Amino acid sequence: MKFFVNFLSKKMENNLQLIGELYCFFIEYLKCLTTRPFYWGRLYQQIIELGIGSLSITLVIGFVTGLVMTLQFGYGLTKFGGVLYVPAIVSLSLLRELAPIFTSLLIAGRIGSGISAEIGAMNVTQQIDAVRALGTSPVRVLVVPRVTAAIISLPLLGVLSGFMGIIGGGIIAYTEFNMPIGFYVNKVLSTIRFVDVFGSYFKCMFFAVVITILACYRGFNTKDGTRGVGNASTWVVVRSSIIILVSDFFLSKILILLFD
Amino acid sequence: MKTILEVKNMRKSFGEKLVHRDVSFALYEGETLGLLGNSGTGKSVLLRSLIGIENADSGEIYFKNNRIDQLSEEQLFKVRTKISYSFQYNALFDSDNVFENIAYPLFEHTKLSEEEILQKVTQALKEVNLSGVESLLPSDLSGGMQKRAGLARSIILNPDIILYDEPTAGLDPINVENVCDLINKFRAKGISSILCTHDIPAAKKVCDRLIILDEGKVAFTGTVAEFESSNDPVVQKFLMNH
Repeated sequence: MKFFVNFLSKKMENNLQLIGELYCFFIEYLKCLTTRPFYWGRLYQQIIELGIGSLSITLVIGFVTGLVMTLQFGYGLTKFGGVLYVPAIVSLSLLRELAPIFTSLLIAGRIGSGISAEIGAMNVTQQIDAVRALGTSPVRVLVVPRVTAAIISLPLLGVLSGFMGIIGGGIIAYTEFNMPIGFYVNKVLSTIRFVDVFGSYFKCMFFAVVITILACYRGFNTKDGTRGVGNASTWVVVRSSIIILVSDFFLSKILILLFD
Repeated sequence: MKTILEVKNMRKSFGEKLVHRDVSFALYEGETLGLLGNSGTGKSVLLRSLIGIENADSGEIYFKNNRIDQLSEEQLFKVRTKISYSFQYNALFDSDNVFENIAYPLFEHTKLSEEEILQKVTQALKEVNLSGVESLLPSDLSGGMQKRAGLARSIILNPDIILYDEPTAGLDPINVENVCDLINKFRAKGISSILCTHDIPAAKKVCDRLIILDEGKVAFTGTVAEFESSNDPVVQKFLMNH
């Protein structure tokens, strides 16, 4: 029993320390973001890598999710004569929940692990020390462009993914359930409100901060050579996925309380 | 001789492990000081502490009579343009080509035009006998060439002091000779240096004075001639181990 209590208290202490360190890291990011110099070239490069590089896969996932959801909801609701509700259900669930979540999980896997591996490798090969030794701030040079690029790119990807899903849903509604395109579009437009798009955008911004701050923090603290780099990538994907899924519930609750 | 860098009573530990108990020494203008010691005596930690990459637990560091160990990270950036650091494994940015690596400090700390920066980089590469590799990635270079590219990056801002961390480690005899020649060339230009190394022949070739770190403090200080003729048990022990 004593062993179990010690184990739990140690775990809790470590997690509290991690939260504290992440908080300080984020504050350092904000400090560097709001003071000069700002690396526009590096930001642009990161937007290309993070945003444009993830565009095709995000759109495909959004589109396919729309196809599958419409198919499942369509056949499910046909039994109860409710197929007319498919456009509303698909568009709302895609924009509010599925598109931000799927896009963020995808970015956590694709970009989060990449950032932690890249910065982790730089750390174990003393390149981060070199950035400092050459009289520059590693947070300013490495973290600010990555986090800012994710904050700009991820919400746009999330919203685009949602709209691609709606397009996919329209194709299935038309081909499988003979729903006129005009009716589908009309239903979607009368269902979606600005706050739904805003909610999706806001969630993605939050998830972008979570993914990239975790990834950069872990990269900066990578130890144990190449094995440490691999461990850092895994750690980032697992932690950010859990935080995305858990925090999504609370963000949804807050958005519903505020706008519904 | 005028002191350019001085360390007083430096103490540094990692958890329970005490690395430096009480380290004090001075570096004079234009000299090359060799920092010797067995593995684990904290030679690299000492070098890193001098520019604040590592923070000492206590003690004082003076650069040109100004105390620098209490400066903030932002304030240290300026100091680091005057005290450059040559890393053991070069620490070149592996995603950037040689030009971008060497030009990095110029882009960060000067307002030179791209053309002027290109000229300076070309000149620095020429100085380390590495012309024509600007567009190559560090991974395309041999170990000796990477070392020289790292040295070119170290001198690009015309520093007052260069800190060399094991500059000859892992190099073949010809490249060791090349690196020693370069260190002597930089000394001839008036740059002071601290060189931490295990390589005694190289240290004898380039250093004016040598100090030996042992049991967390400076156990020997003297010229190369004094080192060679010393009967000091610390020197004898060190020579026996090497």
